[in-house]
Amino acid sequence: MSEQPVPMPGERPVDLVAANAHGLTADEYRVIERTLGRAPTLTELGVFSVMWSEHCSYKSSRRHLRRLPSRSELVVQAGPGENAGAIDLGDGWVAVFKIESHNHPSFVEPHQGAATGVGGILRDIFTMGARPIASMDSLKFGSLDHPRTRYLLGGVVGGIGGYGNCVGVPTVAGEVMFDEHYNANILVNAFCLGLARKGELLSARARGVGNPVIYVGSATGRDGIHGASLLASAEFDASSEAKRPTVQVGDPFTEKLLIEACLEAMRTGAIVAIQDMGAAGLTSSSSEMAARGGVGIELDLDQVPRREPGLTPYEILLSESQERMLIVCERGRESDLTSVFEKWDLHAAVIGQVTEGDRWRVRFGGKLVADIPVRALADEAPLYDRPAAEPRRAPLPRSALRDVPAPREALRRLLDSPNVASKRWVYRQYDSYVLSNTIAGPGGDAAVLRIKGSRRGLALKVDSNPRACAIDPYLGTVATVVEAARNVACTGAHPVGITNCLNYGNPERPEIMWQFIRGIEGLRDAALALGTPVVSGNVSFYNETEGRAIPPTPTIAMLGLFTDVARQVGSLFRRPGDTILLLRTAPPSLAGSEFAALFGDAARSLAPIDLARENALIRGLVAGAERGLIRSAHDVSEGGLGVALAEACFDPDAVMGAQIDGLPASTDALADLFGEGPSTVVLSVAPENAARVTELFSGLECRVIGRVTSDPRLRIASAMDEPATGPAIGEDVGELRRIYEQAIPRRLGGHD
Amino acid sequence: MKWGVITFPGSLDDGDALYALRDVMGQDAFPLWHKDESLRGADCVVLPGGFSYGDYLRCGAIARFAPIMKSVARFAAGGGFVMGICNGFQVLCEAHLLPGALTRNRTLSFICERVYVRVDNAATPFTRAARRGDLLRLPIKHGDGLFVAPEAELRQMEERGQVLLRYVDANGAESDQANLNGSTRAIAGVANERFNVFGLMPHPEHAVEPMLGGEDGLTLFRSIMESLG
Repeated sequence: MSEQPVPMPGERPVDLVAANAHGLTADEYRVIERTLGRAPTLTELGVFSVMWSEHCSYKSSRRHLRRLPSRSELVVQAGPGENAGAIDLGDGWVAVFKIESHNHPSFVEPHQGAATGVGGILRDIFTMGARPIASMDSLKFGSLDHPRTRYLLGGVVGGIGGYGNCVGVPTVAGEVMFDEHYNANILVNAFCLGLARKGELLSARARGVGNPVIYVGSATGRDGIHGASLLASAEFDASSEAKRPTVQVGDPFTEKLLIEACLEAMRTGAIVAIQDMGAAGLTSSSSEMAARGGVGIELDLDQVPRREPGLTPYEILLSESQERMLIVCERGRESDLTSVFEKWDLHAAVIGQVTEGDRWRVRFGGKLVADIPVRALADEAPLYDRPAAEPRRAPLPRSALRDVPAPREALRRLLDSPNVASKRWVYRQYDSYVLSNTIAGPGGDAAVLRIKGSRRGLALKVDSNPRACAIDPYLGTVATVVEAARNVACTGAHPVGITNCLNYGNPERPEIMWQFIRGIEGLRDAALALGTPVVSGNVSFYNETEGRAIPPTPTIAMLGLFTDVARQVGSLFRRPGDTILLLRTAPPSLAGSEFAALFGDAARSLAPIDLARENALIRGLVAGAERGLIRSAHDVSEGGLGVALAEACFDPDAVMGAQIDGLPASTDALADLFGEGPSTVVLSVAPENAARVTELFSGLECRVIGRVTSDPRLRIASAMDEPATGPAIGEDVGELRRIYEQAIPRRLGGHD
Repeated sequence: MKWGVITFPGSLDDGDALYALRDVMGQDAFPLWHKDESLRGADCVVLPGGFSYGDYLRCGAIARFAPIMKSVARFAAGGGFVMGICNGFQVLCEAHLLPGALTRNRTLSFICERVYVRVDNAATPFTRAARRGDLLRLPIKHGDGLFVAPEAELRQMEERGQVLLRYVDANGAESDQANLNGSTRAIAGVANERFNVFGLMPHPEHAVEPMLGGEDGLTLFRSIMESLG
């Protein structure tokens, strides 16, 4: 009889009740018993519960994620739901990028929850051998009037800044939305992109029987135990506050040292495999590396650096203490690695080795405490094909717009809406300069970064559109992907790849599963049509509180590539006298718009999206930028054309306005001014180039609507002009800009 | 001339300072390690921005005890040129190589913005490439940049011309609005009495290329090059 794992002294035998308390179902528990041929020890039960949690195993989403396109000639590596993806940028560089959610921790403890979200995604990037060079965040809060929102906003922004600023990775773009549907479940999605030399990416595949397993970084403590299972993979209820101890605590200073030490250690060539200890910490990193390599692994927990005495094997294996990495090292070269970590004053300890066979074995105090087939943990979590059903909704009455103000007043109200207004209050708390690559930082359509020593460059943007997704989860997702690509294309970059964070409610409810599947289908169709593969991603379920789910919120981060970043285009008007063009694929509508949210819900369905036309618009924008024909390009999003025109005038260093007198005669002048979909762009071009630019968009609507003026007024003539008062809109740009800049600080009542 | 840029644990802009000096300005610039004591023959030592030791205590309070700081103090006492940017400025104040102290911004939050600073004394080794009254457009990015000093010391510093840079608006005028972090007398950069140690909160190393938004930072580095000729 071979050696059997022993329970810890005083430990009660594990049964179904204990399994249920760990979030495992009766069926799942039976599979565990069958796999082991015996009842698990409590330590083993804990390990199964985290590895088989929704958060770690993607058990409800995995079969659907397989439908996403993940290949193109530029894709170097793709793995939705697992690793970061990598895209070839040319000139010997690859970009490694991923976005991940940290929603529940951020709601329970906003500062640390958001901070460790940033820390975790950074480690996902540098574990592949890429230096992190840019961060973005997509944030969804409840209404700014809700009493908890200010606390959450301050905590999350402080946490992102506190961590990101201290590790020396610039935060270059992002999005922030306030909506009452997130009052009880905010979203914090953190993105990171790193650069690596082509051919130098590191793997997370353990190899070589006898190779030592080295633990590096912070010591292990009791924080974050069951973060993945009980916090991330369950709905919220009144007791959720009590889950605060499951939130990890971040130390960005150690993370900075870890980045430098890991990148330096990688250059020694002694690293066989490396993975960060993220969700489910030591358990997931060790078992996943072994599973990928088809080998076994043995760990001796007595060698793990610990913060305090008395930690049990259960706690050590499940701890989600931050700033830790696990390395498989080439045997005999241990000191090459440990000397680097000593230089950076970090722990480095050999805690195990790669073994023959397929067992994940753990020892503590000289005794075997866990003995599980590697694949059972990493690959064989139950997969669910959960039932999905379109909700039967009673046809909603077409509610009329209420209290619609005159256009000039509507424009002011929109600029004053926190969803439209400047997010400077947020992004001025983030370092966007460090590393000296940022050509265009936060506040524009997309961030633009150069790559030192190359003419090439990157554009980055993260987008989501939950209001559209709430009306139609398929079309809303298509619209989100198209918008992210269009934002990137406005800067002149080719959209080349996607990472996504799919935020939904409880997948055990058929309505939520239906939303999710429709979202996947939208993402697939749009990604295929635009040639932008989905190279990495993350699914966040259980975003609901007491049975009320958030709106479906697929967050799309788009990478754009410049062959010559000197050709990048900004979103602000640049020269008085320039011709302003209106470019669109279809007339806009008020459905799902900020205008509709402010003044009444006027539409219940979204217009179809013609992906061929969207693609043509995107290609035309890039071609125009590459030929140097476009002076500025600004995507029309929240607040519609009126807001987009105003924003294009908001150059802090120049005084300019716009005279718009060529809007198309339309049946719905209100939608023309403030509608948001499907795709509209405001361009400014030198007058002599207007005809050539228009030719780039044959088949699409592209018309001259006005010109940039040196007079700092925004004048928009429309069908709604009133003979007595002149043009529908005729406002002082400086005054509009003050409204736009002050909207959020004013509500927060703080110092500007 | 030779430039040494110190890396403390938690330094962040050390690479940017080296890039600005070496790649943009073609200077002989090299990294210095906090655990070493040698300055490797540097003519000017740069203490870069960042969060040394995480700045979990007062900013710069731990870094001043790093082994290399003994050498920096000796080097400064011998008249060597030392420049501290942001966290480097904080370290130099903690080490008493510069007067005053840097405390929490009046907003109580981190501020990242491009601002204007005015050169109020151009007759120094650090500002000689500018003229008095010139405006420089430089980024700031800090949580603790509110400069304070005892009133009597401030008066002396003003008399001696130790205030080199002040936060101003686009027209060069001091105003409460332009002084984002709330520094006493809008002070953005100061020198020691001997004018061989200089500290500033704005980041000249982030303003050395038009593509990244301007090159006003070059003026300060060029001043030092001219001074050491």
